[in-house]
This record gives sequence, structure tokens and C-alpha cells, in this order.
Amino acid sequence: MILSIVLSYTYMTNTGQVRNMATLKDITIRLKSIKNIQKITKSMKMVAAAKYARAERQLKPARVYGNGAVALYEKAEIKAPEGVANKHLLIGVSSDRGLCGAVHSNVAKAIKAKIATLTGEGKEVMVVNVGDKLRNILQRTHSNYLLLSCKEVGRKPPTFTDASIVATELLNMGFEFDQGAVIYNRFRSVISYKTDEKPIFSIDTVANSENMGIYDDIDADVLRNYQEFALVNIIYFGLKESTTSEQSARMTAMDSASKNASEMIDKLTLTFNRTRQAVITKELIEIISGAAAL
Amino acid sequence: MMAARFLRCSLPVLRQARCYADAPSGSAQMSFTFASPTQVYFKEASVKQVDVPTLTGAFGILPAHVPTLQVLRPGVVTVFNDDGSAAKFFVSSGSITVNADSSVQLLAEEAFPLDQLDVAVSTQHPLIDLFIISMATGGQLLSCRPQGG
Repeated sequence: MILSIVLSYTYMTNTGQVRNMATLKDITIRLKSIKNIQKITKSMKMVAAAKYARAERQLKPARVYGNGAVALYEKAEIKAPEGVANKHLLIGVSSDRGLCGAVHSNVAKAIKAKIATLTGEGKEVMVVNVGDKLRNILQRTHSNYLLLSCKEVGRKPPTFTDASIVATELLNMGFEFDQGAVIYNRFRSVISYKTDEKPIFSIDTVANSENMGIYDDIDADVLRNYQEFALVNIIYFGLKESTTSEQSARMTAMDSASKNASEMIDKLTLTFNRTRQAVITKELIEIISGAAAL
Repeated sequence: MMAARFLRCSLPVLRQARCYADAPSGSAQMSFTFASPTQVYFKEASVKQVDVPTLTGAFGILPAHVPTLQVLRPGVVTVFNDDGSAAKFFVSSGSITVNADSSVQLLAEEAFPLDQLDVAVSTQHPLIDLFIISMATGGQLLSCRPQGG
């Protein structure tokens, strides 16, 4: 196969100079465009690195805060009653912007898998997605599960106010869920993140849970306020982890894109030089053979 | 028969050796976490006492406090460290959880150490107005101009 390619190449070069000049120009155009792309991906990587550094700095207190918020659920081992037809709420946290690797598709995959298992068990599921990319992925196949969609996520670092807006809208929708989960990408290190979920419960589930009896002096009002605040906290925690994972994923994606681009540039430069030398050699041969003919 | 009934009655009494005043089951130390979304003030620290203002009144929480959940009201949180020093923070709102293992999570939406709040500075900041109001209703004496003219 390689021999036939070589033969066809030599055949093509014999068809005239015009072919080679066009090839040289093609290579030049391609080289220029790839060099531009490499500049863009390099600058995107630096921007993502700066944003990642800031996001990681803000993640440290947010992690302590988020772990404090779920401590009650873990220590009191709150579980929704099994076997009852529960209503589930899934909150998928992602962002609007792409070029960040598999961040959005990981969350979407986890949500789709959970929907499949829950509907298989006969439970009702609704999904809230934070981030346009997630909506685009889910809308194609699971559009009748979407309850609420949030945009303008990912441009600026998320704040507690953003989380409270999401929680307020969600509670205003009036979907009486029994339990649910926030699905987000947990940040592990610069090169790795993992899709994780944190549980959320409704007021009734918490109030009727068996271990709640040890908690003293709780009336319905206090519990409702406490639960709403806890919901905002968990969403805030998911948002913070998600942005850090997204920025680190974008940094690695742009880094590998720049590396690929520089590899292509090296290969193309070699091809360009070889083609150039071939053109010169051919011209020389033509001149010499023409002079010999005279 | 009487003896058997007597035996049956005595056994439950033995099991309920402590009923009215159960010994506290929590550990002797409090694991205190105090954080706002942007900053952590205490992380699983061991402190002597924490005073918190809640919607149902002001609480003083010591190690082995009975488990409870409360919602905070704007006011001052005082943390008494093990060495006796006290640190005061102003919180706007939030929640506090005391678990059975004597761990306390105080999560505040906004929290600032009192010495960072300069009341003499422009009181257009809504947080400082809130602080002044809470101080006034909390009965603490603070000399400042009333807001709203």
C-alpha cells in the first residue's frame, strides 16, 4: 500500500510544476491556521488556569461549609422510607460553556442512569439543571423530566446568592419531592474529578426520620427554615466544586489541544520543507536536462 | 407465683437504672465548626462555650449539649475558647446543628468578626444597619445615630 502511494506521488509530481506550487500554498495556509488555533488554545489555557486558581482558593472554605451542611444528614442517618412511591428530585450542576472535556457529559450520564433506575422502580423523577450545556444534552431524550433550567452559569464564579436564587425558584415550582440528590463533579485534583452526589430530603422526610427524636425542641417553622437553608448550602457546595472541576478540565483540555497543534505544526513544517526542496530539485533537473538537450 | 411476678417486675427496674437524669452520652469535648460560604472561622475546634442568638432565643452551648437544630437570628455569636478568651462575631442569618456526638456546626450566611465592623463609618451598608438594629433590640447599649432620619 505504501509502495502504491509513493508511486502515485511520483506520478503526480511528474504532471507539472503547478501541482507542487499549489501543494506548497495549501501547506502554508494550513500551517498558518493551525498556528492561529494554537495561539487561541494557549491563551484559553492561561485564562482557565487563572480562573482555576481562584476557584480552588474559594473552594477551601466552601468545602468546610458544605460538609457542615450535610453533617446532620450523615450523623442522624436520615433516610427516606423505603418501598413507598417516592418523588425524587435530581439537581444536575454544570455550566453554560464548553471546551472543558467530559464535564457536562459525565453529569448528564449520571442523571440519565439515575432516571433509568428510579423509573424502573416506579418512582416519579424530575430534574433541575443548572447550566445550559446540561439542558442541551438532556432535552434531546429526557425533556419530559425537566422541571427547571438555569442559564448564565459559568461566566462568573458562583456565589451564595446564585445558589439561593436556584433554591427559591425550585421551591416556588411546587414540586413536592420526598428526597433527591445534587449531582455535580467533585474536584479531586488538577487532573482528576469525579461525578458525585449529595442527598437532599424534604421537610417531612426529615421530620419523620427515626433518629430525629433525639433532637430537642424543634417546631415545624424552625425545621422548614433549617431545611431551606440546608438546600441552598448543598446547591452552593455543588456549584463551587463544579466550577473548580470545570476550570481544571478546561485547562487540561486546552493544554492537550495546544500540544496536538504544536505536533501538527512540526509535522507540517517538515512536509513543507520537503516539498519545497522537491520543487527546487525538480526545477534544477528541468533546467539541467533542458540545457543538455540544447 | 407471687415470686415470679416480683422477679418479672424487678428486671425492668434494673434495666432502667437511669431514667430521669441520664448521664450525658456525648464526648467531653465539643467539635465546633463555624463557617460562612466564603470563610471558615473554626473548623472542628475544641471550644468551651458558644453563645448563639436564635429565632427562639439566645442559647449557650456547652459540650454535651442536648442535640438540637436551630435557625439563627441577626446578632452576635460569642465563642469562648479553651484558654478563656472570647471572640465575638456578627452573623446575619444561618443555622446551628448540635449533634449527639457533641459536634456543633454553625453555618452563617454572612459572618464578620466584630472588630471588622466600624460603626462610625458610613452606615449606608445594610449589614451595619442590621447590626445596629439587632444591638438595639438585644438590649445592648450602643451609641449611634438612628437610621432613616
